[in-house]
Amino acid sequence: MKVVATSKRIPIENVQPDTSFESLGIDSLDRLNILFDLENEFDIEINDEDAKQVKNMREMIEGVTQLVQAKNGSSPAE
Amino acid sequence: MHRVVITGTGVISALGHNTADFWRALITGTSGIGAIHGMDEWQIRFKNGAEVLDYVPEEHFAAAEIGFMDRFAQFAVLTAREAIAQAGIEWTPCLRETAAVITGCCLGGRAVEETGYWELFHNGRSRVHPLTIPLSMGNAGASHISMQFGLEGPAYTISTACASSSHAIGQAFWMVRSGAAPLAIAGGSEAPFFLGNLKAWEALRVISKDTCRPFSAGRSGMILGEGAAMLVLEPLEAALARGARPIAEIVGFGMSADASHITQPASTGAARAMRLALRDSGLAAEQIGYINAHGTATEVNDRTETAAIRCIFSKHADQLAVSSTKSMHGHALGAAGALEAVASILSLRHGKLPPTANFLTADPACDLDVIPNQARTCAVEACLSNSFAFGGLNAVLAFKAYA
Repeated sequence: MKVVATSKRIPIENVQPDTSFESLGIDSLDRLNILFDLENEFDIEINDEDAKQVKNMREMIEGVTQLVQAKNGSSPAE
Repeated sequence: MHRVVITGTGVISALGHNTADFWRALITGTSGIGAIHGMDEWQIRFKNGAEVLDYVPEEHFAAAEIGFMDRFAQFAVLTAREAIAQAGIEWTPCLRETAAVITGCCLGGRAVEETGYWELFHNGRSRVHPLTIPLSMGNAGASHISMQFGLEGPAYTISTACASSSHAIGQAFWMVRSGAAPLAIAGGSEAPFFLGNLKAWEALRVISKDTCRPFSAGRSGMILGEGAAMLVLEPLEAALARGARPIAEIVGFGMSADASHITQPASTGAARAMRLALRDSGLAAEQIGYINAHGTATEVNDRTETAAIRCIFSKHADQLAVSSTKSMHGHALGAAGALEAVASILSLRHGKLPPTANFLTADPACDLDVIPNQARTCAVEACLSNSFAFGGLNAVLAFKAYA
């Protein structure tokens, strides 16, 4: 949520799990910025097709969590 | 006011190194899209592009010339040469002194900058090549054309992203029509296949992972292309006086700005550019039989463009044929409008309309006759060529068959 708030330059209080992208006024270019920020923040690769399905914060968080878990699960044990 | 005709064209693209090869590929529905060379190690999320293949600079230029011209400038000069040779221009001192050269490009020779910066950032070098600026500047194409042919009239370059060369041809048309220049070489050139640029397009998430399928259900975005096209424009009476055969007449130019969004197109802006091109041409909407669409194969472009065409042509939209030749030569950015202008005038000349290649099934939101996959024999009186740039800058050209 912090990533979205920072990217869109809006107060973090406005960004809640059930907030839809539409209600935040997030357009296609904002989505690209958020995807870029998320990929950098969490060191993940977000698939274009998967990203298009995401409509709100909760779906975004679930998607990112899955990708982070997949990344951690697949990295070799130290 | 002069009537203005095109008497020569030059093309280099993924469909070959001259106009004849370009046209042969277009009417056989042959796509020039394939795997981009030399990018395997960079993990780019797309792999295909429409590159100019088998291009050997030494076959066209002396070694000394090659050192002064980046790939995009070489393409510009090569296509100008072909266009001028086809037109059979006989240069007089007066004509050389006043002929115009107007080119379009989006990136220019930026690949050269990348090479230099790579040395700075990665290899610890402290200097870049002294020709980095003259090789990379966007006007290099126009400058080298003017130098090659000794043309001393108005020469400049327009950069309006994907509409650059349509704006360039439109400006040239107006200059020749008004008498401001007795002849113009106009078109565009682009060489976009270098790592930094491919990464920048990747980040926009608009490039297809397979191929370019404009107006088709199942499309997944655009495919980058490279190349150049140049046209010779001159007054009809001058062409006839020297026994040249006009390929087609250029009759209208319309331009507009969406004033809306930096990447999302607005159908109102596109529609207004088409309306203005029609008005400038004096043609009735019903005289237009074909539109060479901007047709990038992104969902938003194709739907917006369809809506704009329906808005302008209303019932006649169902009588029109529309195709996107980007399905074959890719989206060559600043050269796109010029490649498509050549496709448009050759369609008028030959009475054949190039198809939208790679078409799968109809998208209900793009319900125009888009000439799926197979070229069509159909003599049309007049056509439009649409170019709509990022940043909402639109340019539309109108051409008429020269009987």
